[in-house]
Amino acid sequence: MTAISDREKLSYIAAQAADARLNLELETEGMTLNLGPQHPATHGTLRIIAKLDGEQVISAEPVMGYMHRGYEKLAEVRTYPQVTALVNRIDWVGSFANEVPFILAAEKLMEVEAPPRAQWIRTALFEMSRVANISLFLGDMALQLGATTPAFFAFRDREHVLNQIEAVTGGRFHPNFDRIGGLKDDLPAGWITETKRAMRKMRQFCDEMEQLVLGNEIFAARSRGIGVIPADIGLSYGLSGANIRSSGVDWDTRRDNPCGLVHSELDWKVWTHPDGDSFARFWVRLQEVRESTKMIDQLLDGLPSGPIMAKVPRIIKVPAGEAYVETENPLGVMGYYVISKGDLVPYRVKIRSASFSNISIAPWLLKGVYVPDIITILASLYFILGDIDR
Amino acid sequence: MALVPGLIKGLGVTGGTLLRTVFPDGWKKPIPNPVKGAETVQYPHEKEAPPPRARGVIALHEENCTACMLCARECPDWCIYIEGHKEKAPPRRAGGKPRQVNALDRFDIDYALCMYCGICVEVCPFEALFWSPEYEFSEPRIADLLHDKSRLAEWMETVPDFEAYEAGAETKVKKVPPT
Amino acid sequence: MIDATILLGELAYWQQTSLRVVGGLAAVLLIAGTLVYLHLFKLVSFMQSRLGPMEAGPFGSLQLLAEVGKFLQKEDLVPRKADRFVFLAAPFVVLVSTFLLVVVVPWGPDAWFVDSDIGIYLAMAVSSVSVIGILMAGWGSASKYSLLGGLRATGQLIAYELPLILAVIGVVIQAGTMNMQLIVTAQADGAIFGWDGIGNPYILTQGVGFLLFMIAMQAELTQTPFDMPIAESELVTGYMTEYSGMRFLLFFIGEFATAGVFSAIAAVLFLGGWYVPGIDSDDNILNVIGPLVMLTKVVGLTFLVFWFRFTFPRFREDQLQKLAWKVLIPVALANIVATGILKVAF
Repeated sequence: MTAISDREKLSYIAAQAADARLNLELETEGMTLNLGPQHPATHGTLRIIAKLDGEQVISAEPVMGYMHRGYEKLAEVRTYPQVTALVNRIDWVGSFANEVPFILAAEKLMEVEAPPRAQWIRTALFEMSRVANISLFLGDMALQLGATTPAFFAFRDREHVLNQIEAVTGGRFHPNFDRIGGLKDDLPAGWITETKRAMRKMRQFCDEMEQLVLGNEIFAARSRGIGVIPADIGLSYGLSGANIRSSGVDWDTRRDNPCGLVHSELDWKVWTHPDGDSFARFWVRLQEVRESTKMIDQLLDGLPSGPIMAKVPRIIKVPAGEAYVETENPLGVMGYYVISKGDLVPYRVKIRSASFSNISIAPWLLKGVYVPDIITILASLYFILGDIDR
Repeated sequence: MALVPGLIKGLGVTGGTLLRTVFPDGWKKPIPNPVKGAETVQYPHEKEAPPPRARGVIALHEENCTACMLCARECPDWCIYIEGHKEKAPPRRAGGKPRQVNALDRFDIDYALCMYCGICVEVCPFEALFWSPEYEFSEPRIADLLHDKSRLAEWMETVPDFEAYEAGAETKVKKVPPT
Repeated sequence: MIDATILLGELAYWQQTSLRVVGGLAAVLLIAGTLVYLHLFKLVSFMQSRLGPMEAGPFGSLQLLAEVGKFLQKEDLVPRKADRFVFLAAPFVVLVSTFLLVVVVPWGPDAWFVDSDIGIYLAMAVSSVSVIGILMAGWGSASKYSLLGGLRATGQLIAYELPLILAVIGVVIQAGTMNMQLIVTAQADGAIFGWDGIGNPYILTQGVGFLLFMIAMQAELTQTPFDMPIAESELVTGYMTEYSGMRFLLFFIGEFATAGVFSAIAAVLFLGGWYVPGIDSDDNILNVIGPLVMLTKVVGLTFLVFWFRFTFPRFREDQLQKLAWKVLIPVALANIVATGILKVAF
């Protein structure tokens, strides 16, 4: 088998020969391999149609929509408090973060602002959902590369964070805690000390993952130089979050465009990596978990006292207008474009979810790699199927 | 290349976890006791208590309910069924007019449809609905997941008191009515 | 204790044969069962902070029987477009190679199945039969995942056969024999610089060979980090994808039994086999203790196999081939040359 590294030559072959399913050099017949929608590697129902030449991918096309639940349409017939219960289910691993941009957009339209205590707790829960989400990624990517134990460690330690989220919101996965103008309830007593302990556990988990996965020579051999995304290409595909930061783009909505959350009052750092390969994406996310745990510690230390709910009418009617708010969710930039006609229900909600952009670059990345690299690249891009299909 | 290869370090992590699980008391008391060392809980034999706020099952305090239908209307998946009628009740003071009260005939929650969002509990203006952290109410038949008002009232016993708030909170702690 | 050779000498041929068959079955199945329970169910669970099966029997010790019962109940599915005979026969080919492997392993001074002068040679030759079974499974299943898995397995197993054999050659040179029984006695009678307290287990002189053997063994057993043929996140389960029920069970038994048998061979070659220091190597008591000593060594070696398996991610196919051809084989050849020179020098 000849390794095709030259992208132009490859795209020529892809254009000319993929349909005829012929390899021009060896005159062997190609093979179409269908990964999914039921496949252990796609964590959900993603389907990838890969045209192969031996084990080399000529072209790969993700097929989405197997999990389309129509949240944008459903939101048009649900009142504003009901929508938060729905949007929890978009990215189900870091679900509190899904509520935040929608609530912020609605608050912008209603011209209310949550009291400071609510904003700080909101930011803490927002970062906790990031820790829960990305720690699962750390285990999952190692699992996709064949190491079983990191996944168990991830599930084991993520539980510390989820327990804390449950203790305050009542739901491990679907908090439904954010309200227009504040939060549903205040923190229970003793929660702050418990959460700090959980954050210490998560930092330990990060150290363990660093030794078990990141420092592993096999892991490095599998992920270094695989799926390199140049910064300009990544930006043109709309990548965001850790995916674009690992290509060296220093861009974080939390820092550059803060909106309703209190990240600007904290001391933290945006991690970037110049390489842009799968290893860099893992590395950046690992650092982000650490950074988030530190941020949560600061948030809990500096928590102001006060009410948690602004003055909001009991029956929420959002005045007519349009608002777009985006926040830096665990998977990348997530935004809600809410149009209101002054009714009980939104007129239109457009959801910009990060996973959809993350998976869009897959056909470009997957050209010319080997079958095992498909899994590495998809795992490192990190998408949640609910977040793609919505 | 690091001084110790990453492969060896990785073996150290898994081996260390193995030792910590088997000998949870450390080297001073080397008695194998994996049941204590493991992070998992042997579910039917021992149970983890969910936090008091956990949204397990909805309990109904029937005396407070006025069949106002707010919960049924706000429910995102319409899983609450309420029927009521108006009754004349004897007047509060002697010689007064008979009062008109709302009597509850039916209050069903279909837990096969419920998505445990908690909106009904939140919108209830008369404090008739409460969350209970109980979670063991699965049924072999899906129809049995429809809890009627007597079943929902039974859950009231399991509703915990509201927790005290963390320092700095100004929200008033609510009370659970005695059953 | 009756001397096994005398006992066998007095029995008719069919009686001897049936005794050997029972012994072979016991050696394969008991070891496989022990390994699955002890390592896969328990130690690996502890590594992952969990307990493993706890319900079936005390500490889940009967879980394996429950699993076997479950597999036996399942429907024996054959894909419609499968090459029926090849598909059905493949698991047996894999399992037969395991049973043929176990016959050459000595378990005590007189406890052996076949005392062959070409023992280790036979073992190495027979171990490559399983490749055919795996290729049959991959091809016969009429599934692309199976085909890719089967082809990967073939490439991998053939590549790692070489370092495995080359690692063994060092031992053969040092012992001066290919008879497994004589390799054990050579280690038992050997001495480390004149001190013969523990004999001379060849792991001391053939440390490189032992390392090579373990790495190649890991690859031969298709365990992580060399589990490309199975690669559940890419190829579902590779060549086993289309199998169910009884036939999947056969693959499963084959996998663990082979792990046990290969570890037994490694124990014989490098760790002194059934020999216990301090007991005369002809002593009859070793026929009883020997199998237990061997079992302990097998459990220890397979623990390493499973420790690696559940710690490391897997290689990619090309990296795996590079490791075999560019690292392991040259090192093995250098090891042979060094062993040969030292053998002549001393």
